[in-house]
Amino acid sequence: MDQITGRDLILACSAIGAGLAMIAGLGPGIGQGYAAGKATEAVGRQPEARGDIVSTMLVGQAVSETTGIYSFLIALILLFVKPLV
Amino acid sequence: MGEELDFGFRTVVKFFEIDGQPVGFTTTHMNIWLIMIVLTILAIVVRIKLSSFTEVPTTRFQNIIETLVESLQGMVTGAMGEENKGFAPFYSSMLVFILVSNLMGLIGFRPPTADIATTFALSLTTFIMIQGYAIATNGFVNYLKGFFDPMPVLFPVNLLGELATPISLSFRLFGNLIGGTVIMALVYAALPAYLQVGIPAILHLYFDVFSGVLQSFIFVMLSMTFVSLSLE
Repeated sequence: MDQITGRDLILACSAIGAGLAMIAGLGPGIGQGYAAGKATEAVGRQPEARGDIVSTMLVGQAVSETTGIYSFLIALILLFVKPLV
Repeated sequence: MGEELDFGFRTVVKFFEIDGQPVGFTTTHMNIWLIMIVLTILAIVVRIKLSSFTEVPTTRFQNIIETLVESLQGMVTGAMGEENKGFAPFYSSMLVFILVSNLMGLIGFRPPTADIATTFALSLTTFIMIQGYAIATNGFVNYLKGFFDPMPVLFPVNLLGELATPISLSFRLFGNLIGGTVIMALVYAALPAYLQVGIPAILHLYFDVFSGVLQSFIFVMLSMTFVSLSLE
């Protein structure tokens, strides 16, 4: 087997780091699910306001998704841009 | 890995190099010009047909155009209020542009919004509009005072909050689009050729159609909310 060079080590650690960064996907998942659950409750209580509730829910979910997107970008940068090599 | 994966933009015509990175006419520019040409031709066709439009729509074409314009205007007035309906043409064209560029992945082009340059330019217009209208409505002195509200200690936090708006706005659209593009590229690289016909269609339905329509709507919706907040 060949020797592990410094570059290989950095690439392996970058892959681990990308996986760790994606743990942040937990947060938006919980948050979006919570928003969707609340919106469902609201629609059940007030079915005539369905359109407003759904669009408000989608915008709120998009805002809460931001942290997940940031972690995803960090993972992408670690995997494909390779800034540490 | 890396060589057969194809999700980055490519340089079509190279002008010069900076630090070994080619700078030139990329696929993003090409696709944006394509969208611009298509939308401009559509607008010219509608403008020519406008003279034959009747007060009560009779043709299918007029029905489609009227429904489109009415729903876009309803969206803008719903988000910004009836008094700001002058923004409707701007945000309608922004929405249509982002929508068409997000849906471009369906016909085999690389979506131009999966490039941070495009989304950042779009969110920069929102940023300039927010600051410009905030100065215009409050006056320059009050605008500067707003940064020291409620305590002067919070000035760096307020400044960062203002600067984070275009960054989060552009990264949200870019992240969603590049996520879809990367996952589609991974699926296409993983599947053998005879399976590439049916299975990716389901993923295209989610990542291109559902996510693309939703993200373009959300980008424009958030821009409108930010701008209408600075108008008050």
